[in-house]
Amino acid sequence: MAFEGLSERLQGTMTKIKGKGKVSEADVKDMMREVRFALIEADVNLKVVKEFVKKVSERAAGSDVMESLTPGQQVVKIVKDELTELMGGEESKINFSTKQPTVIMMVGLQGAGKTTTTGKLAGLLRKKHNRKPLLVAADVYRPAAVQQLETIGKQLTIPVFSKGTDISPVEIARQAIEHAKAEHLDTVIIDTAGRLHIDENLMQELKDIRSLKEPDEIFLVVDAMTGQDAVNVAQSFDEAIGISGVVLTKLDGDTRGGAALSIRTVTQKPIKFIGMGEKMDALDVFHPERMASRILGMGDMLSLIEKAQTNLDEEKAKQLEEKFRTSSFTFDDFLEQMAQVKQMGPLDEILKMLPGANKIKGLENAKVDESQMGRVEAIIYSMTKQEKTTPEIINSNRKKRIARGSGTSIQDVNRLLKQFEDMKKMMKQMSGMNTKKGRKKMSMPGLDSLFK
Amino acid sequence: MSFFKKLKDKFAGNAEQEKSTEKYKDGLAKTRTGFTSKINDLVAKYRKVDEDFFEELEEVLLQADVGFETVLELMDDLRFEVQRKNVKDTSNVQSVISEKLVEIYQSGDEELNEINFADGLTVILMVGVNGVGKTTTIGKLAHRLKNEGKTVLLAAGDTFRAGAIEQLDVWGKRVGVDVIKQAAGSDPAAVMYDAVRAAKSRGVDVLICDTAGRLQNKVNLMNELQKVHRVISREVPGAPHEVLLALDATTGQNAMIQAQTFKEVTEVTGIVLTKLDGTAKGGIVLAIRSKLKIPVKFVGLGEQMDDLQPFDPAKYVYGLFAEGLDKEDKLEAERADK
Repeated sequence: MAFEGLSERLQGTMTKIKGKGKVSEADVKDMMREVRFALIEADVNLKVVKEFVKKVSERAAGSDVMESLTPGQQVVKIVKDELTELMGGEESKINFSTKQPTVIMMVGLQGAGKTTTTGKLAGLLRKKHNRKPLLVAADVYRPAAVQQLETIGKQLTIPVFSKGTDISPVEIARQAIEHAKAEHLDTVIIDTAGRLHIDENLMQELKDIRSLKEPDEIFLVVDAMTGQDAVNVAQSFDEAIGISGVVLTKLDGDTRGGAALSIRTVTQKPIKFIGMGEKMDALDVFHPERMASRILGMGDMLSLIEKAQTNLDEEKAKQLEEKFRTSSFTFDDFLEQMAQVKQMGPLDEILKMLPGANKIKGLENAKVDESQMGRVEAIIYSMTKQEKTTPEIINSNRKKRIARGSGTSIQDVNRLLKQFEDMKKMMKQMSGMNTKKGRKKMSMPGLDSLFK
Repeated sequence: MSFFKKLKDKFAGNAEQEKSTEKYKDGLAKTRTGFTSKINDLVAKYRKVDEDFFEELEEVLLQADVGFETVLELMDDLRFEVQRKNVKDTSNVQSVISEKLVEIYQSGDEELNEINFADGLTVILMVGVNGVGKTTTIGKLAHRLKNEGKTVLLAAGDTFRAGAIEQLDVWGKRVGVDVIKQAAGSDPAAVMYDAVRAAKSRGVDVLICDTAGRLQNKVNLMNELQKVHRVISREVPGAPHEVLLALDATTGQNAMIQAQTFKEVTEVTGIVLTKLDGTAKGGIVLAIRSKLKIPVKFVGLGEQMDDLQPFDPAKYVYGLFAEGLDKEDKLEAERADK
């Protein structure tokens, strides 16, 4: 489809100019064209794209890119840095009022996910901030919107204030704030009806609710799949009622979510939360960097590389490579390798950073069994020195002893021995084929077979 | 005669046609002011048709969510056409643009945006991602069909989202049609089975089935949808006769993937473009039509029960360019006077 990642596209451009010794200004221009494509395809607003490309072009024309051996990657890095910067650098906190109750208003277009997000937000505030929320059903227009919020309240066991659909949302909100005071509920979250930003009557209603008690937060709920129009919507809502932050919903889909970038750039309001699923706990704090990678369609490979760089010892990696080539790789090296991988963080986190990993079916639910790694370690620790260097001598008696010593079964020992053999074979083949390619894979050999 | 004139003449004189054209004009008012005023600005800014003009036009189209590939194709076509017709003055290029837009949309087969009614029971399945307006569209569609003299039954197949069954129920009461439902959380395929049985025994003309919103990359949910589809076609051979995909006009490039994935799973026969009364342009339907050959059958132009209109590409483009048309008319009249 049209949605190949930016890195892939840039590589395409790069192979064209690979033969040349130097990268010219025209080449950079070519590359920026690809960047422009990628951003527009990710639904980043055109005006934002233009400004952005201009800024990046200036940086990319700098000498450190031109003279770099890998200009393509340099450009990717600049693009990503700038994107992250544009999206606000770091996460921002929720404002709580010192005077009870804190009032939070949820606003947005129809179908953005306001009611669901209201429930999720209440759950999150209760869990992480120890708040006592009250949900307010102020959507009196859409059929059954009140019932929807009531059902969600029941699921979460969070009180819901509803007065049916016959009185005005402003009055409902007013009574709800009184009710919260009386019941000592410290956070009032008002779910308003979805409305078009051009509907003046309904926008006036929001202004009236706002004037009851100046809300501490007004969250604009935006569907992550929104296209070029996201900017108009955000701007209109911001101008009319003054939003304090944005919640981006439905990010568990396969959209690139360029709307995030546009909104942030145009309104200068931070994205505070992202909705990542249909379950009530699927609301996360927003991380600008991850979003940048996503917009570019390249997974979180860069931070994976950064992690690897800071945690993997280059000297040791070189030694390992040598050992692979000469087939003198032992179980001790294997342990070393595992320790290094472990340093990089939880395995499932690492997996998620791999580009394309989000497309693997069921991976989001896959829990990598870290105890499996512990078991492997135990088995190796139960081997004698000789066994570690020359695993060929491990016969059935030795296997029995190793299994007993490590608290595992003979099958476990057999499996590890087989994996180790396979790995060695594979590595030998690869290093024979292409040293460059081999090196890449070699930094984490056997990672895949560890959690099968 | 200009293209617009032809369009206008086509709709004039027929009261029914004129009424629905008015609806389009009102519904697309915001779309039009954004899109058309930009084209007008463009025409005013550039007297001559040159590369700068094309470049800026390209941007206007991109901002309408038309999508990169389609825009590039369109621009190539336009350049060729402008050369062929030897258009030098930008004020004459408007009609060429709209002509091309309609052409891209209609490329290939003859437009079929009527509902495909069966002889006996017609089953319509409504699908789409979360929050695009499936349930609302069903309410409006039921109203429309009922006015046409058909008997309609609704099936509350969204058993997942809180309040979804109640929402359809309210619509059923408003329109005056029955709703077949089960408790929240029950198997949607079972609801469909019941509904089809009920529809058969009551002898209704049309059964419209609601489904839960699902993101197209959720494999399990897409499998569930396939099962619903299967249950319906097992009970009524040849059904569902229509699978309508609801698309939010504010959606950007992801709409293309939505259309493609839902088409693979449920053989989508048509699109309902909802929320077109905002400032969004819904330009992605041009790309979807030309790439995937799925026609847009209806558009949602407002929150009222009768705000669902059959899609007509010519009217859609007319709605986009209505202001430009009036201007061109005036110009032509002035020229004639001289």
